[in-house]
Amino acid sequence: MLLELDDHATAVAQARAAGRRRAFTVNAVRVLLVVAVLGSWELAATYWIDPFYYSKPSAIWDRLVDWFTTGTSQGSIWTQIAYTLEEALIGFVLGSVGGVVLGIVLGRSRFLSDVCAPFIKAANAIPRIILASLFVIWFGLGMSSKVATAFILVFFAVFFNAFQGAREVDRNLVNNARILGASRTAVLRTIVVPSATSWILASLHSAFGFAIIGAIVGEYSGADKGLGLLINHAQGTFDSAGIYAGMIIITVIALLAEWLLTLLERRLLRWRPPVAANEARI
Amino acid sequence: MPTQAEPDGPAIELRDATKRFRSSSGGVHTAVRNLDLAVRAGEFVAVVGPTGCGKSTTLSLVSGLEPPSAGEVLVHGRPVDGIPAGVGYMFQNDAVLPWRTVLDNVAAGPRYRGVAKREARERARDWVGRVGLGGFESYYPHQLSGGMRKRVALAQTLVNEPSILLMDEPFSALDVQTRGLMQDELLRLWAGDDPLGKGGGAAVVFVTHDLEEAVVLGDRVVVMTAGPATVKASFDVPLKRPRDAEEIRLTPEFLEIYREVWESLREEVQITRERSAGNAA
Repeated sequence: MLLELDDHATAVAQARAAGRRRAFTVNAVRVLLVVAVLGSWELAATYWIDPFYYSKPSAIWDRLVDWFTTGTSQGSIWTQIAYTLEEALIGFVLGSVGGVVLGIVLGRSRFLSDVCAPFIKAANAIPRIILASLFVIWFGLGMSSKVATAFILVFFAVFFNAFQGAREVDRNLVNNARILGASRTAVLRTIVVPSATSWILASLHSAFGFAIIGAIVGEYSGADKGLGLLINHAQGTFDSAGIYAGMIIITVIALLAEWLLTLLERRLLRWRPPVAANEARI
Repeated sequence: MPTQAEPDGPAIELRDATKRFRSSSGGVHTAVRNLDLAVRAGEFVAVVGPTGCGKSTTLSLVSGLEPPSAGEVLVHGRPVDGIPAGVGYMFQNDAVLPWRTVLDNVAAGPRYRGVAKREARERARDWVGRVGLGGFESYYPHQLSGGMRKRVALAQTLVNEPSILLMDEPFSALDVQTRGLMQDELLRLWAGDDPLGKGGGAAVVFVTHDLEEAVVLGDRVVVMTAGPATVKASFDVPLKRPRDAEEIRLTPEFLEIYREVWESLREEVQITRERSAGNAA
C-alpha cells in the first residue's frame, strides 16, 4: 500500500520533471531562433546589403534608446505614446459599446435585421481605411478624426460578432427562461448577453489591434502628435530605423493590450470547460 | 409540491386543438390535429407515440410557448394566452445555463419571479439538497455528469412549485441505469410527503417514446397516432404506488398492461417506420 503510494509520488514527480524539461527546450529553441534571425540580419546589413534601406538591429536599438532618453523629433516619446493610446482607447471603447449594443439589438430583432441587412453589407464592403482621409476633413487634425477612424474599424469588427452571438442563442435556453418566469428584458440580460459574451470577447482581441491601426492611420493622414506622425516623419527623412522602432513600440502596446484582454476573458468565461479555454489561448 | 389547482375541472384541457407550422419549403406541416386531452389535477399522464409524431408540440401548446392554430387549450379552466401561472417545463435537451453555478441555476426561477436574492438562494439550496446535489452548489454544469445536470434541471423546475409539470423526454439522453434512478427520483419528488406515493397534487404530462418508462411512471398512458398527432387510445395503469421504478418492471401486472398498450402503439410505430423508409427510398 505504502509502496503503491510511493510509486504514485515518483510517477507524478517524473511527469513534472518531463514537463519542465519540455518547456525549457521550447523556450531555448525560441531564443535561438530570435538570435539567429537578428544575428544574420545584423551581419548581412554590416557586410552585404545597404543599411540605409534595410537598417539593422543595432541601429534600431540605438534609435529606441535615443527616443526614450533624449526624446524624438516631435518631443517626448511618452507624449506620442500617450496620445496614440488615448485615441485608440477612446475609439475602442466607443466602437465596442456601439457594436455590442447594435449587434445585440439587430441580432434579436428579425424585422430590423432584415431591413438593415443590405446596408450593413454595403457598409462593410467600404474600404474603411479611406474614411480616415474624410475624417481629417470633417474633424480636423486633432484627436477626434483619429478616434473616428479607430471607432469605425472597431465598430464593424465587434458588431458582426455580437450580431452572430445574439442570433445563435440556444432557443432552448430562452424558452426555459420564459417558462421559469423571465420577462423580455430578463431574457436579454440573463440569457442573450451572457451567450453572446464569448463571441464578443473573441472579437475584442482583434478589435484593439484595429483601434491602434485606426489611430495610426489617422495620424498618418495628418496630425500634430502621435506614433503615426513619428513613423510618417521617419518615412519622410528616409529613416528606416525610425520606422522599425515605431513598429516595435506599437507591437509591444498591442501585446500588452492582448494580455489584459486575455485576463478579462478568463475572468468572464470562468464557467467554460477548461479544454475550450486552452484551445482559445493558442 | 403544493397545488394551486381549482378543485373541480381538469388542470389541463385541450379541445380539438390543431397546430400547423409553415415548413421551410413553403408548405404547411400539421404537427397536431384535432387533439382532445384532459388531465386532472394531481394526475400523472404519460404520453407515448412514435418518434417525431408531435408529442412535444402538444406540450408547447399547453406551456403557452406556441399558440394553437385552431381549437382551445385551457389551463386551470382558463384559455392559454402567454405562459400560464404554475407551469413547469423540463426540456429534452439541457436547458441549464452553462455560465451559472448549480445554485444560481436553481435560483433563476424565483429570481425571475421577483424574489429577493437571499431568499431565492435559500429556496434553491433547499431544492439542490432535495434532488441529491448537496455539496455541488458552486459547481458549473460542465463539471457535472449528464444525470446530475438533469437533477439541476429538475430542481430548477420544481423550485417554482408548479401545479402543472410538463416533461419532454427529459431522461432520453441518459444511460439506462441513470434513467431508472432518475425515474425513481422523479416519482419520489412528485409524491412529496405523501406516504401513499400518490402525488402532492401536481398534474404531470410526461412525453416519452419509451413505453416502459411510460408504464412505470404514469397513472394513465395516452397513445398518440403517427404524425399529425392525435389521441389514439388511453389506458389506465392499475399499478399501485409508491412504485419502485426498477423493480416494478419485473411484475406480471406490469407486463400485462405493457402488452395491452403495446398492441395499440405498435401500429403507429409501424406506420412511422414505413413512412421514413419511403422517404429514404
